[in-house]
Amino acid sequence: MENNISLTLKVWRQNGPKDKGRFETYKLDKVSTDSSFLEMMDILNEQLVNEGKEPVAFDHDCREGICGMCSLYINGRPHGPDDDVTTCQLHMRKFKDGETITIEPWRSAGFPVIKDLIVNRNAFDTIIAAGGYTSVSTGGVPDANAIPIPKVDADEAMDAASCIGCGACVATCKNGSAMLFVSAKVSHLALLPQGKVEAARRAKNMVAKMDELGFGNCTNTGACEVECPKGVSISNIARLNREFLKAKLAD
Amino acid sequence: MSTIFGSSIGRKLLMSLSGLFLVTFLIVHLSINLLLLVPDGGETFNIAANFMALPLIKYGLQPVLFGGFIIHIIYASILTLQNNKARGNAKYASGNNTKDVMWASKNMYVLGITVTAFLVVHIVDFFVPLQITHGAASVTYDGVEMHNTYALVNAALSEAWRVALYVVGSLGLTIHLTHGFWSAFQTLGFSNNIWRKRWTVIGIAFAWIIGLGFAAIAILQFAFYQ
Ligand code: HEM
Ligand code: SF4
Ligand code: FES
Repeated sequence: MENNISLTLKVWRQNGPKDKGRFETYKLDKVSTDSSFLEMMDILNEQLVNEGKEPVAFDHDCREGICGMCSLYINGRPHGPDDDVTTCQLHMRKFKDGETITIEPWRSAGFPVIKDLIVNRNAFDTIIAAGGYTSVSTGGVPDANAIPIPKVDADEAMDAASCIGCGACVATCKNGSAMLFVSAKVSHLALLPQGKVEAARRAKNMVAKMDELGFGNCTNTGACEVECPKGVSISNIARLNREFLKAKLAD
Repeated sequence: MSTIFGSSIGRKLLMSLSGLFLVTFLIVHLSINLLLLVPDGGETFNIAANFMALPLIKYGLQPVLFGGFIIHIIYASILTLQNNKARGNAKYASGNNTKDVMWASKNMYVLGITVTAFLVVHIVDFFVPLQITHGAASVTYDGVEMHNTYALVNAALSEAWRVALYVVGSLGLTIHLTHGFWSAFQTLGFSNNIWRKRWTVIGIAFAWIIGLGFAAIAILQFAFYQ
């Protein structure tokens, strides 16, 4: 059938954080080009289970590109060969019949492997906990037009807020830097009046946490922006630098 | 709260400020080198070089320049080591196929080492005989005795291998700056979606003017001033 392809998969298998890990090669016949990459992984796992073997562990949740759980470094790129999509949105029609696909976990000192293709991305949550929020007293929902916000600011804030915390930026960065993620999280709040109140503290604390967790120093290669499934712009990194330096100089 | 320079962005601030300082130095240096092309047997160039040897410049500005280089090189090494550590030991078996990333941006340290190697030769060639051993010959204009810097440079640039080295050094610097220039402004926060494009265009033009300027002067000296 012309819309079915056969594949050779080179998959990273690692029993646990301490295990050395190795590549295993699997063959898959008749994968529909209409299936998504994760569905292809499901087919592989079904085959493995039927053979009495242990299925491949990989992260996923929403499967519609909004949660950021799916990861996978596919043929040299986070989220694979397509641009601006997560792995769950990657279609098998992007691959050729007979192709060998290499599937690896995110690799970065900040994201240690837990098992097979699953890495520990808790570092991102820790950074968020260091300041990626606004401290407001809860109550009734205010009217949407109570605080006027210029359209440009609202748009930029929304673009930054589209970051789903997937970690592709770190996975591709030659410096293992988390600056795109942190800058997106600082920016979407710093651009809005509600977030400005705590802007200085937020920038300082989140950067300090990011450094403490061992992420690298950004050298502005821009690889993160290319691989980000949400197209988060590195102009956010310039904004983070600005916010951080301003906050430090004010001290 | 830790100091600003203990943070990643603070370290990058030092990189960008020292880098931009070195950029201004390059502008002054190239302007003086252009005088090598004045066809008066080197008088204009010698007088300018003599001015640069004034005590105020020699003892006031030169240490600052050295400091700039040292900060830039030390922090380049610290950042590179930290970044390799953050990248981790496990390498991707399938390599990196991310497109549209400028080669220079991923090889700033290697390019910097090229510049450093060139710098060492440069210091041995000119700085040592002119400012330390004073082994360079003298010349007198209107009763003022000074080093004949022009003769020293002219003789050095009569050798093809050295001219080739200078051209390679200039190109390494050019490529360093095609990324470094806009990157410095990004680091300082003076950038956004519009200005990033502007800084990149300005930076690439500037890098090639500086690099081709130094290279062309060396080649012209070799070819037409011997
Ligand atoms: C005249 C000589 C030089 C000039 C004008 C220069 C200029 C610059 C500039 C403007 C930057 C960008 C800074 C930023 O991204 O914020 C930079 C980055 C860099 N330079 Fe140089 N540089 C010179 C020599 C060197 C040398 C000798 C080294 C030594 C090994 C070096 C290593 C680096 C590295 C590794 C970076 C990237 C650092 C980062 O972005 O974090 N440079 N340089
Ligand atoms: S900035 Fe982009 S690549 Fe990085 S975590 Fe957010 S969505 Fe993922
Ligand atoms: S599984 Fe939620 S974004 Fe891919």
